[in-house]
Amino acid sequence: MSASPLIEIKDLRIRFHGDDGRVTHAVDSVDLSVANGATLGLVGESGCGKSVTSLAIMGLLPKQSAEISGAIRFDGFDLLKTPDQTLRDLRGNRLAMIFQEPMTSLNPSFTIGDQIIETILRHRGGSRKSARQRTIDLLRRVHIPSPERRIDEYPHKLSGGMRQRVMIAMALACDPRLLIADEPTTALDVTLQAQILELMRELKAASGAAIILITHDLGVVAEVCDEVAVMYAGEIVERAPVDELFAMPQHPYTVGLLGSIPRLDHRAEQLATIEGMVPNMAQPPAGCRFAARCPFVLEACTRAPPPLVELSPGHLSRCIRAPLELLVS
Amino acid sequence: MTALLEVEGLVKHFVAERSLFGRALAHVKAVDGVSFSLEAGKTLALVGESGCGKSTVSRLVLRLIEPDAGAIRFEGRDLLSLGADALRKFRREAQIIFQDPYASLNPRMTVGQILTEPLALHSLVPSAQRRERVAEILRLVGLEPRLERRYPHEFSGGQRQRIAIARALAVEPKLIICDEPVSALDVSIRSQILNLLRDLQDRLGLAYIFVSHDLAVVKHIADHVAVMNLGQIVETAEADALFAAPRHPYSRALLSAIPVPKPRAKRSRIVLQGDIPSALNPPPGCRFHTRCPYVIDRCRSEMPQLVPDGTGHATACHRTSELPSSAAIVPSDGGFSPVLEKLVAAFSGGPEAARGGGVSSLGTDPA
Repeated sequence: MSASPLIEIKDLRIRFHGDDGRVTHAVDSVDLSVANGATLGLVGESGCGKSVTSLAIMGLLPKQSAEISGAIRFDGFDLLKTPDQTLRDLRGNRLAMIFQEPMTSLNPSFTIGDQIIETILRHRGGSRKSARQRTIDLLRRVHIPSPERRIDEYPHKLSGGMRQRVMIAMALACDPRLLIADEPTTALDVTLQAQILELMRELKAASGAAIILITHDLGVVAEVCDEVAVMYAGEIVERAPVDELFAMPQHPYTVGLLGSIPRLDHRAEQLATIEGMVPNMAQPPAGCRFAARCPFVLEACTRAPPPLVELSPGHLSRCIRAPLELLVS
Repeated sequence: MTALLEVEGLVKHFVAERSLFGRALAHVKAVDGVSFSLEAGKTLALVGESGCGKSTVSRLVLRLIEPDAGAIRFEGRDLLSLGADALRKFRREAQIIFQDPYASLNPRMTVGQILTEPLALHSLVPSAQRRERVAEILRLVGLEPRLERRYPHEFSGGQRQRIAIARALAVEPKLIICDEPVSALDVSIRSQILNLLRDLQDRLGLAYIFVSHDLAVVKHIADHVAVMNLGQIVETAEADALFAAPRHPYSRALLSAIPVPKPRAKRSRIVLQGDIPSALNPPPGCRFHTRCPYVIDRCRSEMPQLVPDGTGHATACHRTSELPSSAAIVPSDGGFSPVLEKLVAAFSGGPEAARGGGVSSLGTDPA
């Protein structure tokens, strides 16, 4: 990591206050940083807090129900203390986001051209004509065939992969410094997924933007990320450079995730499973949040929350039994 | 030995547009001449991109929709000639599990009611013994019998999929069609369901038609694979043979695109250019020719036939014999290091516990 990261998240905590008075701990003491031009993978299963973290960066969490503390430093701003007006100037401009479902994130009653041009005019100004030209260039950059014609089409005329490319073009409209992609290929077929991942790699190389890629697919992470943070029940349980994470994971949850993917090279009779359920986050457990499902659990694990410890440069684990190789040698 | 299920020349065209007077103007050729067979106790996977017709095939096989042409034989019986009563009896033999366990269970029925209904419909078990049978089925899929009083919303996604599997098993079928059964589930839950499906197959001798777009999952579960593109099978082979050396250019592209959990994996990815052509107006000749990197003139006019090679590996491509070797197409994930291998085994409770895992110890409280 370089000396000054592009975005630095310090001790981020997010609690949701439900209508019934219950408080859900969605994210707890999350520290993250991403350098210019790097790709961070944020991995975890449904409800682990990965999407909530990204929405907090974008300032898109509901103010009434979400209680946020900590700091998110980006480009000289603390995003959590930035007034809404300034945030609106940043979003779509230096901060951009791609969502999983490209159908619901495009407005069906405007042409794709209108929607991208609107973004450009809002942040860059200039004439509509030049914005339109730039939009055509953007559509070409994301490999949409005959962009001069496609620009005037409505979202429903486009296929899923095409729509996701439009979303990417829109996110890139103002050359963002940070692109957050929330499950960008989950809804797509494997051939389209390959195209979109290829495209993201290309764009990163061309623009030098940093990417936070949120996904549950470790295959996708291995392909495009430089660093990985694994989240479980609102906490980061492991953080490592991508090679190290796949070579020697240091948190039992990561081990379970890796073991549960069907492998292409050998046909295991049984896949690893992670038994049990995620804890109820209205009353998070006192000790390690994974303890109830962990086969390596000790009595000490349930007493106090384990700290996130750096085992080797850049490789952190929130497990008191790490390094895990000692368990099997 | 006759196959459990034989499908020949299956065709289904949906009407996409009608004239003012109801005359069909345009057809979606969802399934266009599909043939395959499946033996008892085996798994056939249908793979392909969205809209290739794989789900339509699975519904045609159960006569949930009626084919326009073709023949379906189940244990030698012609399914298409069955009357309503006989068809209902056949449904006892073949069941289906859908992708979305949230949408496929009636929210107003308890698990007990959901599982009793098929028993009552097919008058399988005297009413006095039904509760006992329900408890037995729940245990079979790794849920505790006391959960029968609960409603579907009280369960997690993985548990709901277990209930859907239990419902399919209630009538003791010989064939279960699994239409993307794990696509909506998280990775760790997915592995539990896959283990369960495999375990049930071993114990009950079930045959599966497994519809999926996740090729790593298919490699894990299937004995035989049929690759579909725009309503047609373009390649079919034993799973191991297909993954070792895919022949059809479309299969090559599909398999080369599988993301593998290994950074810097060696691969020769074939990224297809362009979009999937519409099944409303499929291209003439080979339906893959618009995206095929090996296209020649003949492909644009003449439709290739599915030609078997004698080992059960059949390919529908004019250029099968001329294409370059496909040995390095499927990316290699290299497996785990020995230490990690041991660690994963230890995580699953060692090889002894792993064998029974996924079935015995489940049934955790959903609350």
